[in-house]
Amino acid sequence: MRATLGKVKTPYLLLFPGFAFLFIFFILPIINLAQTSTQTPIAGGDTGQNEQTFAFSNYINAFIENREQFGRSFIYATLATIFALAIAYPLAYAIAFKSGKFKNILLVLVVAPFFTSFLLRTIAWKQILGEEGFVVPTLRNLNLMGQSTTITSTSIAVVAGMTYNFLPFMTLPLYASLERIDPRTIEASGDLYANAITTFRRVTLPLSLPGVVAGTLLTFIPAAGDYVNAAILGSPNTKMIGNVIESRYFKIVDYPTAAALSFTLMAAILILVTLYIRKAGTEELV
Amino acid sequence: MSTQLKSASIPTIPIKARLSRWFGRNLLRIYMVFGFTYLFIPVAYTFVFSFNDSGKSNLIWKGFTLDNWQNPCGAPQICNALGNSIKIGLLATIFSTILGTLIAFAIGRYHFKGRSSSNLLIFLPMATPEIVLGASLLSLFLVFKINPGFWPTVIAHVVFCISFVVVTVKARIASLDPRLEQAAMDLYANEVETFRRVTLPLVAPGIAGAALLAFSLSFDDFIITNFNSGTLITFPKFVYVAAARGIPAQANVIGSAMFFLALALVIAVQIVNRKKIR
Repeated sequence: MRATLGKVKTPYLLLFPGFAFLFIFFILPIINLAQTSTQTPIAGGDTGQNEQTFAFSNYINAFIENREQFGRSFIYATLATIFALAIAYPLAYAIAFKSGKFKNILLVLVVAPFFTSFLLRTIAWKQILGEEGFVVPTLRNLNLMGQSTTITSTSIAVVAGMTYNFLPFMTLPLYASLERIDPRTIEASGDLYANAITTFRRVTLPLSLPGVVAGTLLTFIPAAGDYVNAAILGSPNTKMIGNVIESRYFKIVDYPTAAALSFTLMAAILILVTLYIRKAGTEELV
Repeated sequence: MSTQLKSASIPTIPIKARLSRWFGRNLLRIYMVFGFTYLFIPVAYTFVFSFNDSGKSNLIWKGFTLDNWQNPCGAPQICNALGNSIKIGLLATIFSTILGTLIAFAIGRYHFKGRSSSNLLIFLPMATPEIVLGASLLSLFLVFKINPGFWPTVIAHVVFCISFVVVTVKARIASLDPRLEQAAMDLYANEVETFRRVTLPLVAPGIAGAALLAFSLSFDDFIITNFNSGTLITFPKFVYVAAARGIPAQANVIGSAMFFLALALVIAVQIVNRKKIR
C-alpha cells in the first residue's frame, strides 16, 4: 500500500522544485507584466512611476504606433526561417545520409561556431560586408555594385544575419529527425519503383516533418523577438519590435507601453505557433 | 568480357555528360562544403583578426602580432567580464541541470495526472521571446525592489536553460531500451540499485550534453542578461558595448580561445564515448 502511494507521489516530487522555480520566476513575472501593461503614469510622479488604471487602450496605442516594426519583425523572422530551412535541410540530409564515418565530426562542426560568441560573429559579418571590408570594394571595382550602395544597414543584412545566427537551431532538430528514419523505408520505396524525387517527396520529407516543425519554431520564435541583428547590421529603417521594447525600457523608461508591446508580441507568436502546429498536424512539440 | 565493354565505353561518354554526372553524384557534398564555409567565415575572420596589431579599434588589418594572445586581459574590463560570464554560466548550468533532469525523469518515466500540462509549461519558456522573458523578470525584480545584478542574472539564465535541459534529457530517456532495466530487475536488483547502476549511467551522456548546452546558452546570452544584470558586465555585454567604437582584438582572442576549448572538449567526449561503446 505504501509502496503504491509512494509511486503515485514520485513524479510530483520530481517536478516540484523545478516547477516551483518556474512558477516564481516565469509565471509570476508574466502575470506581473500583464498588470504593468494596463498601467498609466502617475500624474506628477517621477518617470517610471505608474498606477493601475486598467488602460487597455495602451495596447491599441502601442500597436498603432509601432505597427510598422511589428510587421517588419514578422516579415524578417519569416524570411530568415525560410532561408535557414533552405540552407539547413540539405546540410542536415547530407550529414544524416551521406557522411559515413564523419557523421559525428560534421555534427560537432555545425554546433562549433556557437562557441564563438554570436555577437562577435555578427560584428565579424558587419566588418566583412562593411565599407572597410573586402567584399564591398571588390564588388564595386568589378562594377557589380553601385558606388553608393551598401550591404550593411539594409534589411537584407538584417535578414542574412538572423539566418546565419539561427542556423544551428534549424539544423540540429532536422538532423535528429532525419537520422531516425529507417533506411529500409527508403530502400522499400525504391524497390516499389519510386524514383529519387518521389521517394523524397513521399517518404523522406513526411518522416522528417517533426524536425521541420521543431526547427522552424526554434528559429522563428527567437528571430521575431530579436533586436541584436537589427541593432548591429541594420539602420533606423530596419528597426524591429525588439528594438522598440528595448528602448522603451531603457531609454524612455515607459514600462506600460513596453509591457503591452511584449504581451502583444508573445500573443501573436503563440497564435501563429498554435496555428502552425495544427496545420503541420504534429503533436510532438520539440 | 563485360568489364572490357565497360572500360571501353567510358571514353565515349562526352566530357559534358561526365561532368554533369559527377555533379549529380556529388551535389550534396559540394553543398556541404559551401554550407560549412558559410558557417565558418565569421569564425575564421574573428580568429585572423585576433592577431591584428590594431591598437584600440580592430577594424582594419594593420599587421601581425602575438601581443593580443600574450596579454588577453589587456583591454580594460575584459577579463572581469569574462570571469562574470563563466561564474554565471557555471551556476546557471548546475541549477538548471539538476532541476531540469528531475523534471525530465518525471515526464519521461511516469504517467500521471497533469503530464501534458507539464509538457506545456516546459514548452512555454521556449515559445516566449527572450526579450519578453528578460523584460518580465526585470519588472518582477523592480516590484520587489531587488536590484538587477549577479544573482538576478543567474536566475534569469536558469529560467531559459531548464526547458532545453528537460528536452535533451527527456529525449535520451525515451531512447532507452526498457529491457535493460527489466534485465536488472530480473537479476534481483531493487529499484534503487537498478536506477543507480543501469538507468543513470545510460542517461548520463544526455545529462552531460544538456549541461554543455545550458552552459553555452548561458555564456552566449545577451538579451536576457542585458535586462537583468544592471551594471554588471558579462562578456557578450562587453562586446556589445564595445561594438560602437570598435571591439578590441582581445575580444577576438577570447572568442577564438573559447571556440577551440569547446571544440577540444566536445571531441574528447566523443572519443571517450566511442571507447566505452567498444
